Amino acid sequence: MIAALAAVAGQTARLQLRTGGGALVGLIFFLTVVTIIPFGVGPDLNLLSRIGPAILWIGALLATLLGLDRLFQDDRSDGSLDLLHLSGHPLELIVLAKAAGHWLATGLPLVVAAPFLGLLLAIEPVALGAVTLTLLAGTPALTLVGTVGAALTTALGRGGLLIAVLVLPFAIPVLIFGVSAASSVIVGPAPFLPPFLILVALSLVSAVVAAVAGAAALRSGLD
Amino acid sequence: MAALRLTAEALAARRGDRTVFEDVSFSIGPGDVLAVTGPNGAGKSTLLRIVAGLLAPARGSIVLDPAPDAGRGVAVHYLGHLEALKPAFTIAENLAFWRRLYGGAGDLDEALEDVGLGGLAHLPVGRLSAGQKRRVAIARLLVIDRPIWLLDEPTTALDAAAEATLGRLIERHRTCGGLVLAAIHRPLPVDPTATIVLGKAAA
Repeated sequence: MIAALAAVAGQTARLQLRTGGGALVGLIFFLTVVTIIPFGVGPDLNLLSRIGPAILWIGALLATLLGLDRLFQDDRSDGSLDLLHLSGHPLELIVLAKAAGHWLATGLPLVVAAPFLGLLLAIEPVALGAVTLTLLAGTPALTLVGTVGAALTTALGRGGLLIAVLVLPFAIPVLIFGVSAASSVIVGPAPFLPPFLILVALSLVSAVVAAVAGAAALRSGLD
Repeated sequence: MAALRLTAEALAARRGDRTVFEDVSFSIGPGDVLAVTGPNGAGKSTLLRIVAGLLAPARGSIVLDPAPDAGRGVAVHYLGHLEALKPAFTIAENLAFWRRLYGGAGDLDEALEDVGLGGLAHLPVGRLSAGQKRRVAIARLLVIDRPIWLLDEPTTALDAAAEATLGRLIERHRTCGGLVLAAIHRPLPVDPTATIVLGKAAA
């Protein structure tokens, strides 16, 4: 069972990396978002370092949505989805494995890149660590919520923008607690831990929700 | 392989508000090949998808005896219209993935040799012709060892030689006690035990 699910996660990750350069495009998009905002806001370093965590979080949120539309759509159009249904493993776990593979290929690179992009925003070292930590704990939640959107739009031909519209409202709590945990280190005096733990909880809850809701959406899409 | 028996009773299928077929019953055991024929739209693929468990029948029941603990899904191998192969991956990667997911024990090279693709395992599937992709999908039947083969027009895009090969593989499967349910337009390269003709009522 574990080996089978690891195979699904591995295949999803490698597919994302090999076709359309999922990780690279996401990273470049992240870089683009983070670098254009200082041009709009102006060269006020104090302001930038204060809103820096928020910029990184919004950039990561938007970059996470890239490539999600293909998560199940490709499987549907080449017939793999039928065989995934018939593998004998619970569809819920297969959905989770696919989400994990997608996160490894698209979410994790964003987390790794965040400290370097944070330098562009004049974020202090301690805050950089905090932002990276919150992204590590929070981007899985973004991918998982996006997985439900991807499963829901699988039967539609082009779901890219629809996924964003569906998913973004549900990503707001993740964004709020992610940014507030990261900002607490810079602005204070609120403590770091409570919002961070809520962020971790959001990731765990969305893992359960994504598994159940994603599998239900895929089942109802069978024809 | 255990002596499986697949029995369907009074199956009916609906697509929207249209009844595709009704009152389809059959019972097949080890070594049986059941051919399903009928005009386009008669419900051949629908019947196969119902047997696979991908669709729920409108009425009727399907019983597998002895029933596997994990459900009917673990006994069937469904080969549909689409090959379920990733164009970006090589033949070997594609087959190895499905083998790991389905938990088969078949040898990749041997299976590819059987379908006439020996030595091509390193090629990306995206470079293959339609017939070659079909052969890879047939090789997957061999790599993953499941007793019930559900073949939806398995000879599509196959040349005469590959068709004969498929016939040999089906014969081998039935002598090992396997069951085959095939939706076909042209005669199968093997003699079916029984034939169901769908779509006479709908016409």
